[in-house]
Amino acid sequence: MTATTERPIIAEFVDVHRHYVMGKANVVRALNGVSMKVRKGDYLAIMGRSGSGKSTMLNILGGLDRPTIGEYRVGGRDVSKLDDDALSDVRGREIGFIFQSFNLIPQLTVLENLEVPLFYQGRVGPESRKKAEHLADRVGLGKRLDHKPMELSGGQQQRVAIARALMNDPLFLLADEATGNLDSNTEREILDLFDDLRKDGVTIVIVTHNPRVAERADSTLWLKDGQVETLVDNRAVAATGGQP
Amino acid sequence: MRIVRLGLKSLLLHKLRSSLTTAGILFGVASVIAMLAVGEGASKETLQQYRDMGVTNVLIRSKKPEETQQSANASSMWSVLGYGLLYQEADRVQNLLPQGLVVRSREFQRGVVHGEHWASTMIIGTEPPFLEVTNMQVREGRWLTELDMQRQSNCVVLGESLARQLFPLEDPVGQTVLIGVEDRFEVVGVLEYQGRAASPNGTTLDECAFIPLTSSRRRFGDTIRNPSTNRWENIELHEIKVKMPGPEWVESAAGVVDLMLKPAHGNKKDTEITVPLELLRKEERAERMFSLVLAVIASISLLVGGIGIMNVMLATVTERTREIGIRRALGAKKKHIVQQFLVEAGVMATLGGLVGVGFGMLVPLGIEEYFEQPTDVQPQHVLMAFGISALVGVVFGLYPAWRAANMDPVEALRHE
Repeated sequence: MTATTERPIIAEFVDVHRHYVMGKANVVRALNGVSMKVRKGDYLAIMGRSGSGKSTMLNILGGLDRPTIGEYRVGGRDVSKLDDDALSDVRGREIGFIFQSFNLIPQLTVLENLEVPLFYQGRVGPESRKKAEHLADRVGLGKRLDHKPMELSGGQQQRVAIARALMNDPLFLLADEATGNLDSNTEREILDLFDDLRKDGVTIVIVTHNPRVAERADSTLWLKDGQVETLVDNRAVAATGGQP
Repeated sequence: MRIVRLGLKSLLLHKLRSSLTTAGILFGVASVIAMLAVGEGASKETLQQYRDMGVTNVLIRSKKPEETQQSANASSMWSVLGYGLLYQEADRVQNLLPQGLVVRSREFQRGVVHGEHWASTMIIGTEPPFLEVTNMQVREGRWLTELDMQRQSNCVVLGESLARQLFPLEDPVGQTVLIGVEDRFEVVGVLEYQGRAASPNGTTLDECAFIPLTSSRRRFGDTIRNPSTNRWENIELHEIKVKMPGPEWVESAAGVVDLMLKPAHGNKKDTEITVPLELLRKEERAERMFSLVLAVIASISLLVGGIGIMNVMLATVTERTREIGIRRALGAKKKHIVQQFLVEAGVMATLGGLVGVGFGMLVPLGIEEYFEQPTDVQPQHVLMAFGISALVGVVFGLYPAWRAANMDPVEALRHE
């Protein structure tokens, strides 16, 4: 356990609240004082029923939304008060997004899709191409660089999306129901790929409602009514044969 | 460059829609260029006509007065109709305008014969400065001289086409022609081709024969039968041309002449003062007005093209809401999204503009070929049309692009 505490914190919620004002007097408290830490090398699953605040947490983690109260720190820096441009930079440089429905851009080839994150940082060139080729190889799609997303299967598209998320060397990968649109075989393949990445030191945060997905992570954070219900160490659970 | 290529790629997703929108701009630009070219061509011809008349000249012409009922009844085949400018009036014009070069001329219709070749044409009796005032050149032989005037000699200078008609094979200079029935004239010179009118009736200078004014008066007199009306007319002079030293003199000179002629001709309305410079300016004003109207019409057609672009871009933005969300999630700033959609609108407008320029330059060629209507494509009009089309693309692309950039990324990602 000492090793865990020594690893640096790369993302941190400090008493995060997120309130939405609906109509005149109706305030929805989607997140209600959430604190948590993601350390380098973590593989964390976030689970909860619908309405538990999962999506809101994902949006804030991904820099798409800001806390109403509290701090969200990425790489030690509070990003909750940043303006739109600065927050876009955080998304572009620190976070690797993976979506449930892959979200590749249909008119672009695999290579071009891979280059999109670097394009917005002005880093497209021979180097980005080399990197895209390398990552496409890594996810097993080295020969499909010139294909359009429509020409690929769901599993292949998700592999491209994972490669795309790695293009900017993010602090962590943020996956939203990454296997929700895949059959169980393909799901296993993608989760195996996550395991491989994890071994290479990639930090992964995956938001899901699927226990099969969550149990592959090191730990699972349970949300309920906008608050952290419990944080489960999956390895400890596995070691005791499922008996807490 | 990459962003333009990507823009093109997005446009190619909807080939028909993009090309129809582009066509809107294309026709707008083409119509601007074609319309302005036709307008420019039409007025250019008129402007040249007025320039040919001489911008420093004041032209005073005799004009047949409109016949009243009374005079029509009184007139018979044998009564003589007298009107127009007099020799003494020409002298007074010269006295009043000492800076001006005054040239008098008398015109009449006669047959001109050489051997078996014959032409009925306009004979102009005039003075040596006529050549300078009308800015003509002699091609062969010589022009009329003061000596010809003094001697009232029977010499003639032929217009270019008249010379060709009478002397298809020979050199005309030194030959003799018959003017009328019995008067022999020696051809002393032939003019260069002029291609413009000698008088308001449309006869060109090239068809005319020029003889000394003194000879004209001595051989043919002032009272000559007009073959078209079959009436005897007594006219001393048909025209007094006054060449002033510069354009700034013309207006006041015309005023002086008008005042001078009023007592004798004001009621009869048998004279007319023409100031080519004034006509030229009027035409130029009219042309500017015409161009303005055309530009407004053309701008409207470009505006319609612009509305087309905006419409399509709004549809595109709505359709691609999710793509916008993805790009924002992957680090695109608002300015990147604005840029992306502006480029797409700009590419359509520029492409339409370019093809429109080509089209707009071809259409006037066709008009010249098939309708024999002169046209003139001015480079600044082409640039203007193209510039406006590009501007239209940017202006009308701005709002859709702004809308795209200001979408909430979370909402955009949720969009199906």
